Amino acid sequence: MFTNISRATKFAFQDFFRNKGVSVATIFILIITILLVTGLFFFQGVASYLTEEIQNKIDITAYFKDGTAEQDILIVKEEILNILPEIKKVEYISQDQAFIIFSENHQGDEVLFRAIEQVGSNPFLPSLSITTNGDPLQYEQVANALQTSSFSDLIENVDFYEKKDTIEKIYEITSTINKFGIFLGIVLIIIAASVVFNTIKLAVDNSKEEITTMRIVGASDWFIRGPFIIQGIIYGFIAFVFCFLISFALVLLTSPKISVIMPGFNLFDYFLTNLWILVLIQLGFGIAVGIISSIIVVKKYLKV
Amino acid sequence: MIKFDKVTKIYPSNTAVLKDVTFEIKEGEFVSIIGKSGAGKTTLTRLILGLEEPTYGEVYFKEKNMLVADASEIQKIRRSIGGIYQDYKLLPAKTVYENVSYVLEVKGTAQGEIKKEVEKVLDLIGLKDKKDNFPKELSGGEQQRLAIARALVIHPKIIIADEPTGNLDPYNTYEVIYLLEKINKAGATVILLTHNREIINKLGKRVITLVGGRIIRDEAEGRFII
Ligand SMILES: Nc1ncnc2c1ncn2[C@@H]1O[C@H](COP(=O)(O)OP(=O)(O)O)[C@@H](O)[C@H]1O
Ligand SMILES: [Mg+2]
Repeated sequence: MFTNISRATKFAFQDFFRNKGVSVATIFILIITILLVTGLFFFQGVASYLTEEIQNKIDITAYFKDGTAEQDILIVKEEILNILPEIKKVEYISQDQAFIIFSENHQGDEVLFRAIEQVGSNPFLPSLSITTNGDPLQYEQVANALQTSSFSDLIENVDFYEKKDTIEKIYEITSTINKFGIFLGIVLIIIAASVVFNTIKLAVDNSKEEITTMRIVGASDWFIRGPFIIQGIIYGFIAFVFCFLISFALVLLTSPKISVIMPGFNLFDYFLTNLWILVLIQLGFGIAVGIISSIIVVKKYLKV
Repeated sequence: MIKFDKVTKIYPSNTAVLKDVTFEIKEGEFVSIIGKSGAGKTTLTRLILGLEEPTYGEVYFKEKNMLVADASEIQKIRRSIGGIYQDYKLLPAKTVYENVSYVLEVKGTAQGEIKKEVEKVLDLIGLKDKKDNFPKELSGGEQQRLAIARALVIHPKIIIADEPTGNLDPYNTYEVIYLLEKINKAGATVILLTHNREIINKLGKRVITLVGGRIIRDEAEGRFII
């Protein structure tokens, strides 16, 4: 057993160095493919960051009746969280805060401010702004819960129905993006895997005569397969080392630029927090494709 | 040791290459199977090795019906046969030395012994100086000698030689035949398939004559008569 493995390893390295052209070509294809898969991984990271950002901008607001005590509103805030665990965030906005936010949004609009002055008091209502995972059905549930609960008589109005169209549209867009991303990912990975498969097939096809000869002198299936599989592992490992260095360098270079476009998203941090998953993807993909292709292709010639 | 029982071989979309072939080869025999090219000699070799299955009839190797032998049994049989093939069947990506050592590695022989045996046989067959060359760097005759070296290195109890002298000059031809006789005297069974008239007439051993896929003669001290 051990002798056979060490012999297979010896054969694998011999073939690897004797067919340098084939080895380089296969590794090159593998590198491209793994980089593609890695790109997909980062794309997924950016996309989920973006959809999260968009969904966080969407909320529904429950306006409380004028004069509701802040204490009561804070109790309601706790209770809402208890009713619906899917809620991501509930934020209390007092009358004063509402006025400040409004002023900031309408800076320089003299007419508006004069009109408010005429009213004499703060015309805004205290409110709770609620964010869920973006699903319109959940927002509707929240809205219904607020209006049928024991504290419903404190509430003046929930703006769900005014916002319903927007919520639905955004949810549709983000979930389409997600579905498209998954679909694209699957398609790309299938294409990538089949490109590698065919490259390795070419490499093994070269050895068709050899495999037949090995059969004739009585080599067992594993004795023949072994070197090809180990070669697959060597290809995968070398490609992984290159890919890892390339993606590290690319992330280091582009991370500041991406942070400019998407403030709050740090590609380098994303790279570091997902380091092991990434290593697993790159190494696993390379080696798995290398091994599986070798096994499938060699099997074809093991018929004799 | 080897028995053909009413073997007929028909390749797909072809007429019968071997027709109703029956013979038996006993342990320690030296048997020549002769016939013109196309008579079915190589097909016969492939049947013994389990590389082809008979269309009708049965092939036995040491009482074992090749049709019912499983993969590992067939592999064992092949490892025990010293095969010399008409088209050499060398491993093009391996050197002379590695081509010979490969069959020992397949058998699981220890590394130290492999080195000893390979060097011995390369010396015997006259390829010591070429041991680091690849098959494509050898002449036809050298390739044939390499194929012979590979067959001999395992000290086989049975040798099947399909036209082992096809590419050799008369001097080397007699060297090889002499070698086969010597190995036979030491106890191995030898099956020689050839269309070389002179060799057969000099040997004075059992000869099976194939014509058009049929055995027309099987004589204990045969001559080349077709
Ligand atoms: N794989 C094959 N498929 C079809 N026909 C074959 C195959 N191998 C050999 N033949 C045919 O079988 C006949 C005998 O071939 P072969 O056994 O090689 O004869 P020999 O070795 O005596 O020259 C030839 O006519 C050849 O064309
Ligand atoms: Mg022939």
